[in-house]
Amino acid sequence: MSVSVRRVEAQRAAREVDVRPEAVPVLQMRGIEKRFGGVHALKGVDLTLQAGQVIALIGENGAGKSTLMKILGGILAPDAGEILIDGKAVVMRSASDAIRYGISFIHQELNVLDNLDVAGNVFLGREPVRGGFLRLLDRKRMQEETEEHLRRLGVGIRSTTPLSELTIAQRQMVEIAKALSLKARILIMDEPTSSLTLQETERLLEVVLELRRQGVAIIYISHRLNEVERIADRVIVLRDGERVGVLERDEITHERMVRMMVGRELENYYQHPRVKIEPGYFVVKDLRTARYPRERVSFEIGKGEILGLAGLVGAGRTDVAEAIFGIGAAQDGVRVRLAGEEIAIRSPRDAIRHGIYLVPEDRRRTGLILEATIRENVTLPAVERYARAGLIALARERHSATEICRRLNVKAPSVETWVSALSGGNQQKVVLAKWLALEPRVLIFDEPTRGIDVGAKAEIYELMRQLAESGVAILMISSEMEEILNVSDRVAVMHEGRLMGVLGRDECCEEAIMRLAVGQAN
Amino acid sequence: MKKELGTFVLLVVLCAIVAAINPRFLTPTNLQNMSRLIGAFGILSLGLGVVIITGGIDLSVGSILALLGVLLSIMLVEWRWPPAFVVVVALAIGAGLGAIHGFLIAYWRIQAFIVTLCGLLFYRGLARFIAQDETKGFGSAKGFEWLHELATGEVWGVPTPFVLLIALSAVMWVVLHRSVYGRYLFAVGRNEEAARYSGIDTRLIIASAYVISGFLAGLAGIIFAFYTNSISPSSHGNFFELYAIAAAVLGGCSLRGGEGSVVGILVGTALLQVLQNLVNLLGIPSSLNFAVMGAVILIGVVADQLLRGRKG
Repeated sequence: MSVSVRRVEAQRAAREVDVRPEAVPVLQMRGIEKRFGGVHALKGVDLTLQAGQVIALIGENGAGKSTLMKILGGILAPDAGEILIDGKAVVMRSASDAIRYGISFIHQELNVLDNLDVAGNVFLGREPVRGGFLRLLDRKRMQEETEEHLRRLGVGIRSTTPLSELTIAQRQMVEIAKALSLKARILIMDEPTSSLTLQETERLLEVVLELRRQGVAIIYISHRLNEVERIADRVIVLRDGERVGVLERDEITHERMVRMMVGRELENYYQHPRVKIEPGYFVVKDLRTARYPRERVSFEIGKGEILGLAGLVGAGRTDVAEAIFGIGAAQDGVRVRLAGEEIAIRSPRDAIRHGIYLVPEDRRRTGLILEATIRENVTLPAVERYARAGLIALARERHSATEICRRLNVKAPSVETWVSALSGGNQQKVVLAKWLALEPRVLIFDEPTRGIDVGAKAEIYELMRQLAESGVAILMISSEMEEILNVSDRVAVMHEGRLMGVLGRDECCEEAIMRLAVGQAN
Repeated sequence: MKKELGTFVLLVVLCAIVAAINPRFLTPTNLQNMSRLIGAFGILSLGLGVVIITGGIDLSVGSILALLGVLLSIMLVEWRWPPAFVVVVALAIGAGLGAIHGFLIAYWRIQAFIVTLCGLLFYRGLARFIAQDETKGFGSAKGFEWLHELATGEVWGVPTPFVLLIALSAVMWVVLHRSVYGRYLFAVGRNEEAARYSGIDTRLIIASAYVISGFLAGLAGIIFAFYTNSISPSSHGNFFELYAIAAAVLGGCSLRGGEGSVVGILVGTALLQVLQNLVNLLGIPSSLNFAVMGAVILIGVVADQLLRGRKG
């Protein structure tokens, strides 16, 4: 881990040399304007990109990053402004136009097909053919070229491996290989590390720097400022559709970026609990998950405590969280002790009945019904509270949902707004609202701030802190080291299904956590 | 709501066109006949609607009609069981078959299409075997005239099946759009996982939808049996599951689940029957019946898609 950090640092030091500002920029966007109905999404944004340069585009959700990139990717047309490639003005009407100009877009949600192999994905839609009119797939050529690009990226994936056997990080490499085979000179990466483990993130950053060395121009969108700090040559900050700041290499610091993004200072550092933690409130003993049935996980969370659960992706943290919530436990459910009472949990209903709630990792799949209103989502676990004889009293339901949304500061026109129309941060608040209305005793957060902007993050941390102080026991799974260190009272660390140890506040630091996470016992 | 409105406008326009070309459309006899069929088909469509809202499908209802028709005839005419008891048995068979489907689909995770397709084949075969491929009937309906009335009678001039449908629709409207159970049905249809993570017993909800569909097929089975009064086991109820699906989809139910309304299903059912009627009244060769229906449904769905595309 620390070795690769050093390697990245070394690469960064070495590359200061080869930026050539006098060359014609490979991309210039000038005065880009875009309106959606009454919303002024982009207000004259400029962006200049040189070959072999990494520009980080940051800003809160809704700041206009995606809109700007969709315009560059040919998906949206700008209302005003011009785009110059190699100094020549171009008009892009579609994504395929953009690809022709050497622009490739790696989306946050990867666009790969599970049922094809790596080469099939890289060449999807432009497969080389042989055999004349028979148009047979030239598999050999596909494989050879794919292998070549994979080698260039320095990843050890075979071109014949089915995508279904690859991890998310590897699939991403396949997308990058595809971009290379499209001869991309401008690579847009949207939140590329949001679902990667720490190690995979390191690997990806190395690849980004390698591509940069090979002369590819990269636009890197990320909420993770540590990454930005390490790889960006220049940072462009957007806020409310405006370019509010540009930071050059030596000006890029975490604090400056945060300040520009939110337009105010944030203190999101660890606050000592303002109430006394009562240990032994929620006790999990010998929990076995279906994924790691041989391991027995035991831990406890105090009343008023936030226990962080760290580990690499695949360490089995989500499995533990879901097992406690009544999903996917090995054999016949789970036994836990809550406030001295033995509880058997066989289904989410059991967990919910005892005030044990889960804010799941994948809120779009398991946390929310996207195509339903905020009201319906918030009251879903307990509609019967607003019902008499099985019939829902809509007015009461709406009133209660409105109340809780106001408490959580959910930004939406009304509780009748569809959840799919909300930003990630507000969607996460709606998930939280579901449970807060039900007086939680134990709350499990699985990656609570994934894909959420800085402002909403701070709000969610503050809420967690308040909940803990009101006597809730909180388990927080997170892959963001910052978050683990800033929010937890203690940190438990898992590795391949085993709980490696629990670190107290005074002994928990990045190194100690990483040691346990990679399987070295203390 | 908008989708129902579109179908409703289409319905009104069609009615106006047919009435303009052939005034016989508006004669009491024609309206009565049509509403009788709307009633019978509507009951079937309501059941399908509930299943489709959960994201499922039920292909078996047409064959259930045939099986129940044959059994009704045997129970009433040959075994001379008390009619009220026979009604209970018929409804119980419908609900019971639905429960079996629901169990296989929700608890054993077999695809609804497959389960109910097997049902479609199995019950049809069973009906033909039990009846030995002979047409069954009810003779003069002695002793169970009231059952006959259920299908062919009228209440203040309104055909009984239509009255039944309206009453059932009122109940279903409350169940689907105002009750906790209805909320769960839609939730399961839109996102089963999220519903489960919210503590809803999704398997029970899904299974229950098939029970409702089976029960309503039982009820419709009784009506259709007495409406035709003679049940030919190889053709009775043929394709009726598809009419019901078409009606639900025309009325705004999405086959992906989570969308649909009682009003829409009613409008969709009415539209299909008006189309049938149109073929008769406008002198279109009856062999073109299916072609007309298919074309109009397709046009409706395409128009809906186009209008939606413009909005987005």
